Amino acid sequence: MMSEARGQRAPARRGLFRAAQYDWLSFLCTGVTGLATLLIISILAVILGVILINGLPHVSWRFITTGTASDMFDVNKAGILPMIFGTTARVILMTIFVLPAGVLTAIYLTEYARMHSPFTRVIRGAVNNLAGVPSIVFGLFGAGFFVRFIGKGMDGLLYSGKGAIVWGQPAILWASATLAVMTLPVVIVATEEALRAIPQGLREASLALGASKLETIVKIVMPQAIPGIMTGAILAISRAAGEVAPILFTGAAYYMAGLPKSLHDQFMDLGYHVFILSTQSPNVDKTRPLLYATVLVLLCLTFMLNIVAIFVRARMRKKMRLLN
Amino acid sequence: MAEIPLQKVSLRAPGANKGPAAAALIDVQGLSLFYGANQALRNISFSIGEKVVTAFIGPSGCGKSTLLRCFNRMNDLIDNVRIEGTVRIAAQDINSPEVDVIELRKRVGMVFQKSNPFPKTIYENVAYGLRLQGVTRKAELDAIIEESLRQAALWDEVKDRLNTSGLGLSGGQQQRLCIARAIAIRPEIILMDEPASALDPLATARVEELILELKKDFTIVIVTHNMQQAARISDYTAFFYLGQLIEYGPTNAIFTHPSNKQTEDYVTGRFG
Repeated sequence: MMSEARGQRAPARRGLFRAAQYDWLSFLCTGVTGLATLLIISILAVILGVILINGLPHVSWRFITTGTASDMFDVNKAGILPMIFGTTARVILMTIFVLPAGVLTAIYLTEYARMHSPFTRVIRGAVNNLAGVPSIVFGLFGAGFFVRFIGKGMDGLLYSGKGAIVWGQPAILWASATLAVMTLPVVIVATEEALRAIPQGLREASLALGASKLETIVKIVMPQAIPGIMTGAILAISRAAGEVAPILFTGAAYYMAGLPKSLHDQFMDLGYHVFILSTQSPNVDKTRPLLYATVLVLLCLTFMLNIVAIFVRARMRKKMRLLN
Repeated sequence: MAEIPLQKVSLRAPGANKGPAAAALIDVQGLSLFYGANQALRNISFSIGEKVVTAFIGPSGCGKSTLLRCFNRMNDLIDNVRIEGTVRIAAQDINSPEVDVIELRKRVGMVFQKSNPFPKTIYENVAYGLRLQGVTRKAELDAIIEESLRQAALWDEVKDRLNTSGLGLSGGQQQRLCIARAIAIRPEIILMDEPASALDPLATARVEELILELKKDFTIVIVTHNMQQAARISDYTAFFYLGQLIEYGPTNAIFTHPSNKQTEDYVTGRFG
């Protein structure tokens, strides 16, 4: 029996405790991991510092509130309002496209599809692979699918016989749609995680009270998932705001006289403009301050779009807490 | 204990086929359930009368929760479940394609092991099932919610904070909120899956009192791991082992002179 076995083992008398020794290995590991962190932080600090020091003196009210009339490579004449407008507009449009598509897909995958069926596995694999596709490939896809196939198709249907090209050309609509396809995996994965984090017990409780599956999803599951969905939106915005490749062939213009007036107009984009300034300028030295200023504005804009989304999420969380 | 409806309770051999008793509300005949190739319930036949408390006891994995979830078809949610035999509630085969599962679940309520109030206000938790049934008038909602919370012995504790989150309640209060939520829609049967297993002894005692109170209006089937609890609150006890119904009868008989050796070993704590 247990008690007998225990009885035979009287505690052995040992000597004093060993003297404490300095833990050199722990010290070393702290140092190495700390250095790695420091390296990352300093790189970030250098990037931001250089941009801030070189860019800030050239950012003026005129610079961010006017367009370019004469010389887009001259820091004293150029203005970047059209680019700020274009980038903001395409990010907002993209969010409008990607959220419903991504959220509905995630709902299908977590709430309706069989968890381990081969079909679900294929979809999930496809979503993950989509996340790994280089952004320039999305750009080419957008040009082929949205501009040439959908756009041309719409022209054929709406303006048949007149030969007009309205939708069948690069436009802000198609650039936003291409970005939406690119950021789809981010929203799907974030929403799926949010849905999966909701205890199964809540769904069961709702169903056991005689709710249908749809009622359960709409009334119990979705309100819980909103912060997670917003996180997906924030990640999508962060990724899309600075991307240039997907919009190269789908809507970004080298130069436009005014702001885009409709969804089928092209637009000027901050990221693309940085590329233009750094490769197309006839006088590199004269353009450099402008380049720094433009990059600074791009960083700030990306930052602000993120902050807006984070603010919206915080508001929703608060509202939920009040309701709850 | 209250009067017990007429019912055949002398079931001894597992799988013995007994006809539905006179007042049987739930009648199970030859029920087997498979999770894929795994058989969880083996040829179970028995019946449960109206307005009694029936306890399902047995070691973990014996199929008692699975059987409970057959009564409101919660097993529908799991893939690869196959059911043989029939479960009749009020003489109707609930697995027949004509039975609307939503209607069934409105008549057969459930309280879960882990209290699971919705992340809504206390008021909205109880209102949820009522709103689903189309009750929208504020006065009517207020009245039913108060009545349900009173019946769940929770009203006095929460009447001043109906509009605060149900998640802010203690574990025992949350479970009573879940009971209030279940009884608000006036089911005929309440299934309880170890409702007190996560509660402290005081909260457990309150829930047990509540069950005895609810027996006046509802038929209650409760799964429990706690033998004393089964003895305290149930009129009938069914002992399950490895997916089989080993013994079923009045709780007194099961606990004082069980006819089956396995039952005796289990209720006296020799195994399980």
